[in-house]
Amino acid sequence: MAGKKPGREVESVEPGEEPRLFHIGVSPHIRGKHTTTSIMRWVIAALLPLTAYGVYIGGTDALVVVLMSVVGAVATEAVIQKLRHLPVSIGDLSAVVTGLLLALTLPPGLPFWMPLLGGVVAIALGKQVFGGLGHNIFNPALVGRAVLFISWSEYMTTSWLVNPQAAAVQTSAIKSINAVTSATPLATMGNVRDGELALEASRYCGSLLFGNPWGCIGEVSALLILAGLVVLLIKGLVYWGIPVGYVGTVVALSWVLGMDPLFAALSGGLLLGACFMATDYVTNPMTARGKLVFAVGCGIITVVLRFYSNLPEGVMFAILVMNGFTPLIDRYITPRPYGHKGLVKKV
Amino acid sequence: MGWVRNLQRELFTKGGVHPPSNKIAATVKIFPGPYPETVIIPLSQHIGAPCEPLVEIHDRVLIGQKIGDSEAYVSAPVHSSVSGEVTGIIGYHHPTGTEVRSVQILSDGMNEVHPSVEPPGDPMEMTPQQIRKHIREGGIVGLGGATFPTHVKLAPPEGKQIELVIINGAECEPYLTGDHRMMVERGEDIIVGARVIERAVGAERIVVAIERNKPDAITLMRELGAEHGFEVAVLPARYPMGSEKTLIKGITGKEVPSGGLPMDVGVVVDNVGTAAAIYDLFYEGMPLVDRVLTVAGDGVAGHANLRIKVGTLVRDVIDFCGGLVGEPGKAILGGPMMGLAQYTTSVPVIKGTSGIVVLRGETVWHREPAHFVCIRCGRCVRHCPMNLMPYLMGSYSDAGMWEELGPLNIDDCVECGCCAYTCPTKNPLVQLIKVGKEGLARQQRKMEELAEEWEEA
Repeated sequence: MAGKKPGREVESVEPGEEPRLFHIGVSPHIRGKHTTTSIMRWVIAALLPLTAYGVYIGGTDALVVVLMSVVGAVATEAVIQKLRHLPVSIGDLSAVVTGLLLALTLPPGLPFWMPLLGGVVAIALGKQVFGGLGHNIFNPALVGRAVLFISWSEYMTTSWLVNPQAAAVQTSAIKSINAVTSATPLATMGNVRDGELALEASRYCGSLLFGNPWGCIGEVSALLILAGLVVLLIKGLVYWGIPVGYVGTVVALSWVLGMDPLFAALSGGLLLGACFMATDYVTNPMTARGKLVFAVGCGIITVVLRFYSNLPEGVMFAILVMNGFTPLIDRYITPRPYGHKGLVKKV
Repeated sequence: MGWVRNLQRELFTKGGVHPPSNKIAATVKIFPGPYPETVIIPLSQHIGAPCEPLVEIHDRVLIGQKIGDSEAYVSAPVHSSVSGEVTGIIGYHHPTGTEVRSVQILSDGMNEVHPSVEPPGDPMEMTPQQIRKHIREGGIVGLGGATFPTHVKLAPPEGKQIELVIINGAECEPYLTGDHRMMVERGEDIIVGARVIERAVGAERIVVAIERNKPDAITLMRELGAEHGFEVAVLPARYPMGSEKTLIKGITGKEVPSGGLPMDVGVVVDNVGTAAAIYDLFYEGMPLVDRVLTVAGDGVAGHANLRIKVGTLVRDVIDFCGGLVGEPGKAILGGPMMGLAQYTTSVPVIKGTSGIVVLRGETVWHREPAHFVCIRCGRCVRHCPMNLMPYLMGSYSDAGMWEELGPLNIDDCVECGCCAYTCPTKNPLVQLIKVGKEGLARQQRKMEELAEEWEEA
């Protein structure tokens, strides 16, 4: 490996003189342009409009949540890698993505330590205990959110209703129905499961699409989530089957169970989860068919939790549960190799 | 025959990548290469048994004279590409990275052709056996890069009916344009050569496969096809479309069984260069002593398609093209996806050298060994044309868990490099898979030995 020495003059070599040495190495000698960092950069870019709008709606409260969450995640990654005497890899931006995703699943107006703690938990318990990037079983951002959700559920589900900015955007009609009953339109569904109310709810799809004031920071606009997804799809960074399979399953099952399908698709954390959480590379299966199974599984569990549990929302636990099934899916759903009749022998 | 897909439609196969094609030399005519003062002709330029030298030091040899041959069936003789004096039979650098016994010939500049070089007669009157014998004597091997002896390829065993001859002009490797130029400039010769192949294997149909990024070659071959009665299959411009197995799947829809050969599905695939070499052999009498290759890359001054005498040193070819420019990175024999990086340019061009690609340090991929972290993005699985799971093979190989590699069908890997190309963490998957293949073979040998010991005991 002598080619990197500076100041070497190519022209100085006369024909016949023992020529220079070149790099050697196994093919391929050219590589694609994507790197881990560039992928993470695109994910952040896809999330930015949504984050910006969420902060615009949620105000400084939301900004604090986003910053604290990202700082908690990045700092934890750096500290743990230092402690483990590993090269600090916060430059690959994966911790930033984790922190950002976590923040988007949190309501604005949390006390500052809560998103910070969420970021720490996400990286420490969600990622580094498994060995760091690429080795974790569960989506780190959702691990962080799950811990917060279980520990301080009253903050997590109701606090943003008193958020003044959010309240200002709310129309009074929406407020009269929802604020009284419970946290989100979906919580209404989960508790009441009243057919009439479900139809009523479909009227609010417009606001869910453009500016939903009672969601988490990342649930303010379904349209911006979809815009982010389109960016990732165009760049070839996510497999379309996951969001489509996930949302499709939820829509179909909700329709069968009598909920307005559009409302089912747009409400709660479904779109954010289907577009940005379920598509997390590390924690979903490797093959296209495996990803579809994963997505459909997420959809089924989400609907079951939405309809038959006392949780207001099922996306987070649905994805976490299916994360747990990912190794199993990867073991049994494998591509049929070229020139083989059946499936590959089980590994 | 209904089993060839409708060639008018876009042919589809799974996997593959789109590296920048960089086919800058596509419009440059094939030009005779440098006339070397010295050639170094390795006695092993093919898959199979190496040749024994037939000449001694200080012998005078002539162009087309056989200078090495072997008794083995899977082997191909080598011929002198210049006239001159044998100055040594030496161990010398070989493009595969090993040292190989080679015949060094000092050219006398006379270009005297050996009396044995004359057309052997009309191949269309010959039996398949006679055609194969002549092809063997002509030292013809697969010129696409694999250098499998052609006479072996054209000898289907009893009971195997070959129905289709695919002439491979896909040339999916970036930078390389030699096959493209051959089709444009020597289209008719290629077809005549293909007819000889067709006769040797008893096939009834010829399909010339070309990637869609060579419109001039497609137009020309289609015109020739209407005249001579063969078809042209237009392939998507995607690497590794020209890989034998991918090509067969694309054209026939059939898959070569694992561990099998194209003849198992009634197909023979030969490169356009091989077909042209067969033409040269039967109609001009000249055995395989030169080949067309592309010189390209941002590390070399001029881009060209050259007809190079086998045994010419790469160094001389690069000098002929204006020498190196910029900070040198890699000197690759073949294309950048599957070619072999050389540490020195003092290696001879051999029959399988389809290109000399010199890339600057900043263009080429080279990195000190480091810890590569798979982020499980699934690109390697998605892009694998063989439908394998490179990420798993890579990690098992890295961990030395050879026994896990067998069930993953690691031996089906064609080492095309799509996985490593597309990997965002730049994991050297091809390297790991190569190591894994050897590890698995070593372990299987060990198990067999153990089994034998048990039986004896």
